[in-house]
Formats: sequence, C-alpha cells, structure tokens
Amino acid sequence: MHLSHPLGAALLATSLFAAGGAVAAGPAPLAAQGCLGCHGPNGAGIGSGARLAGREAAELESIMRAYRADQRQGTIMNRIARGYTEQDIAAIAAYFAAIR
Amino acid sequence: MTHAPTRRAALGATLGLIASPLAAPALSRAQGQARLLVIGGGFGGASAARFARTSYPELQVTLVEPLTRFVTCPYGNLLLGGTRQIGDITHAYDGLRAAGIRILHDWAEGIDAGAKRVRLRGGETLSYDKLILSPGIAIRFGALPGYDEAAAEVFPHAWVPGDGSQTLLLRRQLEAMPDGGVVGFSIPPNPFRCPPGPYERISMVAAYLRRHKPRSKILALDAKDAFSKQGLFQDGWKALYGDMVEWVPASRDGKVARVDPAAKVFETEFGERHRLDVGNVIPPQSAARIVLGSGLAAQTGWAEVDPRSFASKAAPDIHIVGDAMNGAPMPKSGYIANNTAKQAVASAVAALRGEAPPEAVYFNTCYSHVGEDYGISIVGIFRPGAGGFVEVPNSGGVSPRGDLPEQRRLEAIHADTWYASITRDMFG
Repeated sequence: MHLSHPLGAALLATSLFAAGGAVAAGPAPLAAQGCLGCHGPNGAGIGSGARLAGREAAELESIMRAYRADQRQGTIMNRIARGYTEQDIAAIAAYFAAIR
Repeated sequence: MTHAPTRRAALGATLGLIASPLAAPALSRAQGQARLLVIGGGFGGASAARFARTSYPELQVTLVEPLTRFVTCPYGNLLLGGTRQIGDITHAYDGLRAAGIRILHDWAEGIDAGAKRVRLRGGETLSYDKLILSPGIAIRFGALPGYDEAAAEVFPHAWVPGDGSQTLLLRRQLEAMPDGGVVGFSIPPNPFRCPPGPYERISMVAAYLRRHKPRSKILALDAKDAFSKQGLFQDGWKALYGDMVEWVPASRDGKVARVDPAAKVFETEFGERHRLDVGNVIPPQSAARIVLGSGLAAQTGWAEVDPRSFASKAAPDIHIVGDAMNGAPMPKSGYIANNTAKQAVASAVAALRGEAPPEAVYFNTCYSHVGEDYGISIVGIFRPGAGGFVEVPNSGGVSPRGDLPEQRRLEAIHADTWYASITRDMFG
C-alpha cells in the first residue's frame, strides 16, 4: 500500500493511532510542521500561540476555512490560511487532533 | 487494517511512505544504522538534527558545529535596542545531546562528496550515508573596498553572530556615542541573510537613541531602491522617531562604495563622504566557505538545490538548507531554514528507502520589531515548482498599513511567541 499524498497519509496515521492507542504523535506532515514555529512543541501552545494539539479536527478545519475566507479576523492567520489547500488543512487538522 | 500498527509504521505513514509495519525497518536492515551527518548547528542544522533524531529513531545522527553555544541572529537587534541581554538569545546544545544526537564541536574542513566523507579540523574523518549541510553564510571581506576583518572591529557587521562579540561590540559603541552623534548603516544589495533585518536594526537603534540620545541621527545608506516591508517600516519610523531616520536609496547615491575605518567614513558611489560616530556595515555575503570550498556553490556564491528534496545539484547525497542555499523567492530566514531542514531530512530518509521525497509546502513568517509594542510581519507560503520555488498565489503578504495600534501590539507579542516556539523546536 503506497501513499504519496499527505492527506491520505495523515488520515491513515490518525487511524493507526486510534487503532493502536498510540499516545505520541509521529512527525507532522510538513504542512503541520509549519505551525510549530509559533504554536509550541508539537502544537501544545506557547505564549500567544494557541494550542492546536488535541483539538477536534472539525474545529481546526473550520477555523482555518474561516480565516481563509476572511470570516474570522486574525492578526496574521488570514494571510497564512490562504496559502493552504483543503487537503493541507485536512492533513494539519488530522495530525493535531490525533495528539493526546 | 487489522494488524496492530507500530509507532514506526505510523511515522512512515505521515511521511507518505509505505504504510506497512515491515516497511520502515527496511531502512535499518538495508543500511545497518543509516548515518545522517549534519553540518551547522543553527536554524537549519539544529532543526534537522532534532527532527531526524525524534522522527527516525533508526537513524544515527551526528551534528558538527564549532561553537558550544548558539547566539541567534533573530532578536540580536533587540539587544542593540537594549531590551534583550546576550543570555536571552544564547542557546546550549544540551537538549540535542540529551535527545541522542552525537555533537562534535569542530570545524568541517572539507567534503569528499564521492567518498561521502567529511574531514574535521580536529583530525577526525566522518563517513555518512546522507549529509545535511547548513553552514550559513560567509562575509565577503574585500567585496566592499576597505571592509576587511580589521575594519569589522571598527565598523561591526554583527551579521554573523558567532559568539555574540560582534553584536556586543556594536551595542558598546552605541552606548559610548555622545548624544547628537550620527549612526550610519551600509546595507547591501540582494540577496542577503534576513531581508528585513537591516530595517529592524535601524528601528531598534532608533528606539535606543530616542530614549537615551534624542539629538542623534541615523543615516541608512542602501544599495537598493526598495526593501522588505518598506511602507510599514517607514510609517513606523515617522510615527515613532520623527525625522531621526534618514534612509537613502541607491538612486539618491545611497550605495556605499568604500569604507574608511581610520577616518570613520562611509563613501558613496558618487564620492560623498559621510563621517560617522558609529557605523554598522551589513556586508555582501555568500554561502559559507565549506560550500564554496567543496564545489557546491554556483557562480552566484550560493548553492543550487532541488526544490523538493534540497539535494545539491552538484552532489545528490548532500542536502543543503538554510541561508547557504538559493531558495529565491523564499527569504534567507530562520523560519525557512527550520522547515526546509525537515523536508530535507524526510527526503534524505525517503531516498535511503528508495522512495520519492514527500509532498512539500514551505512556510515563512518574519516578524520585525519597529518599536516598543509595535510589530509588523511578512508571511510567505511556497511550494516546489518545475524550475524552483514558487510562492502560492494570493497568499501571505505583509501586515495591513494604517493607524492600527492593536494590530502592531499583537504582532510584537506574537514575535516573542515565535522566538520562544521556534527555539524550542530547534533545541528542545
């Protein structure tokens, strides 16, 4: 079974974590690695960088979509969200949601 | 899936590798314990080493870095402004060592790409399966007439922090300067490390002068006619510092053609001699010497790489990240070094497994402090394209202009958060 796309890969990773009851996360897909420069170790949150780890995937996806559509006003997140595809957003959300 | 998955399989899966629990260990079986060597312990190298060690426990990771402590370029300007001390921007390698990375404080003297060996100044020779090369920049002493190593003791560059002495020297000069003095900046043409850096530096020096030496002036002589976040910086200078900052573009004879440290003069292209009390030369730069000396740099002085794997176009088992690499239109920034380093490691591991590099997207945010509670930023998201790196259309960009004190205040706070977060990501 080959997976070349980060979306499929991240979703699979999520299912693996769920099935295996894993606690720690593996390396984030690179799209999610981009978040770690401001959102703390593995998305745990730090300073003004909101916690991403352990939040529901649907919540994270809807926040990113709202930033992208300018329906939610961030300081810099609107500019950031516009750089990511639906597939990136799903992969990012699945990764952080899987961290327990 | 009915089998009980291993953590390692999950790790492979997130990188787009074969999602079988048998697949990832194949690396170990085929290669023994594969050896990843990292040269350079800065934003690129430290990030690469820690990411490799924590993501691929089967790798043997060695980091070669001459200095025992890393002083960051980012936030060095706040030291000049007086709001940070050297200890606030200095990081030890203990966290990386504790993670199981072998750290050698030595200079890499030469790379034999064919034999996949690196010779260290201390005499040791290291073999590698994959090399991550992130040595940063070298100052091209002599490229600006009059600016050599000795001149850097009069006109500090403070652009390669090393042990911090250059930044501290510039700070001491500012402290010793009388009120009413002139602080000069010589700013180079593109490309150079940290495109908004000179202008954040001007801002932080202005903040210091305004508070302690308010009759002083800043003369910023630029080899360019435009710069990063220009409108935002100039709005901030006017609002916070009045007419203290004079920025002179190349088209108005701003290009410094020669420096005279004995007379403390910057001389411009058309012969105007500016006498200074303190002078900061941000000099012309190239990739670090190890890149040039190993034949890994193009005529430009920077290394050309594959935009998905960061494999050197001159040596495929060497992945070059950080400021030494030509990543245009990506900036030479710490954030780009941090996340391209991870893609380089993932690509190196994929190659060892006979796989293609994973999907890539590169992320950058550069915050700049313009004053107290006054931050601005530029965001960029990039992907590999057919001929290089491509910025995602209609994304990123700079902070909004206008009288927006809450936006500026929040960005200054987020900048501090960025510094705390990314240095944790690098050093643990």
